[in-house]
Amino acid sequence: MKKFRFQLIALALVVSIFTLAACGGTATTTTTAAGGETTTAAPDESTDGSTDGGAAIKIGGIGPLTGAAAVYGNAVYNGSKIALEEINALGDLQFELNFQDDEHDGEKAVNAYNTLKDWGMQILNGTVTTTPANSVTPEAFADRIFTLTPSASSPTVVEGKDNVFQLCFSDLNQGIAAAQYIADNKLGEKIAIIYNNADAYSTGIYEKFVSEAEAKGLEIVSTTTFTDETNDFTVQLTEAQNNGADLLFLPIYYQPASLVLSQAQAMSYETKVFGVDGMDGILTLENFDTTLAEGVMLLTPFVADATDERTVSFVEKYKEQFDEVPNQFAADGYDVMYALYEAAKKAGVTADMSAEEINDKLIEVFTSDDFSFDGLTGSGMTWSDTGEVSKEPKGMVIENGAYVGM
Amino acid sequence: MKKVKKLRKSTRSSLITYGLVILFFVIVQVMMITGNLSSSLRGQLVPIAAYIVMAVSLNLTVGILGELSLGHAGFMSIGAFAGVIVSTSLENQIANAPLRLAVSMLVGGILAAVVGVIVGVPALRLRGDYLAIVTLAFGEIIKNVINILYVGYDSSGLSLSLKSANALGLEEGGKVVLNGPMGAVGISRISTVTAGFVLIIVTLFIVLNLMHSRSGRAIMAVRDNRIAAESVGISITKYKLMAFVISAALAGLAGSLYALNFSTVVAKKFDFNTSILVLVFVVLGGIGNIRGSIIAAAVLTVLPELLRQFNDYRMLLYAIILILVMIATNNEKIKNLINRVTLMLDLKTKNDPKKGGAA
Repeated sequence: MKKFRFQLIALALVVSIFTLAACGGTATTTTTAAGGETTTAAPDESTDGSTDGGAAIKIGGIGPLTGAAAVYGNAVYNGSKIALEEINALGDLQFELNFQDDEHDGEKAVNAYNTLKDWGMQILNGTVTTTPANSVTPEAFADRIFTLTPSASSPTVVEGKDNVFQLCFSDLNQGIAAAQYIADNKLGEKIAIIYNNADAYSTGIYEKFVSEAEAKGLEIVSTTTFTDETNDFTVQLTEAQNNGADLLFLPIYYQPASLVLSQAQAMSYETKVFGVDGMDGILTLENFDTTLAEGVMLLTPFVADATDERTVSFVEKYKEQFDEVPNQFAADGYDVMYALYEAAKKAGVTADMSAEEINDKLIEVFTSDDFSFDGLTGSGMTWSDTGEVSKEPKGMVIENGAYVGM
Repeated sequence: MKKVKKLRKSTRSSLITYGLVILFFVIVQVMMITGNLSSSLRGQLVPIAAYIVMAVSLNLTVGILGELSLGHAGFMSIGAFAGVIVSTSLENQIANAPLRLAVSMLVGGILAAVVGVIVGVPALRLRGDYLAIVTLAFGEIIKNVINILYVGYDSSGLSLSLKSANALGLEEGGKVVLNGPMGAVGISRISTVTAGFVLIIVTLFIVLNLMHSRSGRAIMAVRDNRIAAESVGISITKYKLMAFVISAALAGLAGSLYALNFSTVVAKKFDFNTSILVLVFVVLGGIGNIRGSIIAAAVLTVLPELLRQFNDYRMLLYAIILILVMIATNNEKIKNLINRVTLMLDLKTKNDPKKGGAA
């Protein structure tokens, strides 16, 4: 009996400690995001931004902050926070950001969306990943809440929804762009592809790449697949090698790509490697020997080493606040906030408008011919009526552990 | 009042369970009409209904049949994708949404039952850990098969491919219903809270009646002592299969309801973790206790949403709450207290806390 009481007290203590820690953690971010102003604790702990009460436009964010895809969600959230801080410091329009976790799951994402709706969200910055986006955007479409997704790249996210826009390339365009790039620059004669057939992103790019490669007369000599749990790529690499492939196309994320590279070296298979934007992040991967990535080519919209003033200042702030080099997702999050800011300013949106009014005004601005946006992930971005962004992918090659433009 | 007391204990217990569900449904309806229901809770009602059915049906396998199944989400997955395919292909034929939902769910349930037979016949020869491993493998197989399955629909009917969406060779205007790892996208959301409520009541009706029938007693006899049951002429295979297949069919129905509530559904959703989640509902609600499963499924589905304000710590808190509930419900003193309360409320009936027959 005594023992049980002791256990209960111990657990209660643990609970209260974590509760306190949680409050403490977010309280700090609230203050930083509000630019050092003193804040009274908001009822919703994850709210960052303006403290002027009703004068701020409420922007909801949805992304995976925990779980396997947390690295993307947190990067977008952090990037958005930096933009938010800067925008509110400009003193023009005031934004407030409430970012909710979706654990990279469609059901949880809808829950997060409904929570944000209860909070009074006026614009949605999300979702970060494709599967949750597929379940959330139809809701936003039905509720007439303007949505700009930083990185949900599948064409199904925007299809048939007039108020959903993408800031990243769609998978469609990436596959096509990659095939064109390879064909135009004559990077390889015989191409081998290794892709993740359990992943929507990878499969989407693969399908478009294949159809465009056919059109461009590229020869694909080997196509092999793997799934999320795969750690050994020797079978796939051996097949590519046996078929005499001189270019390896990897439309996959950077974690499996790092394994592919190290195993290719272990079996002394020398080949050119071409990746897509999911490859971004490979240089900052822990315990990864960056010499392996030497000569890897990839298409990415954002390079942390760029020397223009905005990127430098963003990277500096990000390093200072979050102690790591921002990846493409962080830049996407940053750009979403600024794109919304510029569009909202142009459309004359104010905080007291309803979500539907804001929605109509923003659609008009985003689809108008004279609206273009310069951000970290591209300049002169414009949006089509379908919601897809048009911007130029940058071809990059890794030299001496850093990206260099091709 | 007298009449109620005259009823058999099991019947009264069942009525309380039905009453609980009906009461909850009425409260929710009233809140919806008066506009007091938050969108957050409103959006969770159908998933809650689906999880309740999942928990009750798994309880049939785990609690009543006494076999551990770790592949319950596999049946849910079959029901979900079958339901989506049927619903999408019948969109033009059956304009009435509730009717289409009913047909889709029925097909999902039947298909899950068929797979239940296919899996059950060889697997149920195994017992204990071995059966658990086989059902676990089954769940993974289903997930991976659906991950590479492409299904399209056009004027000439359904077409199927294991290679890619392009290989379907759809006509102009055809629709890719199931797109491999991308899952089904653009599902028309026809599930309703009422449909969820009806499904729970139907599930309870089937499970509670089965439990208190001759077959149910035979199933429990198999659980309690297989050899003794066999010696009095109970066909082990028949009753084991009966419980397992009914459980699978109900999971299929729940899967259809769940999938048709969202715009998208992917095979990855129904992985091992979902099976475990449902098992947690069953274990925390009390193995063999149907009412407990309902309450546990509802509370544990809402809980992570209620903890949203704790941000990154919410899943940690969720885990701690699970542990606390586990300790509390297994504590002798609390158990005695509950027993004493039930004894006071129920003076005439003898109380036998050991058997899991109470519903």
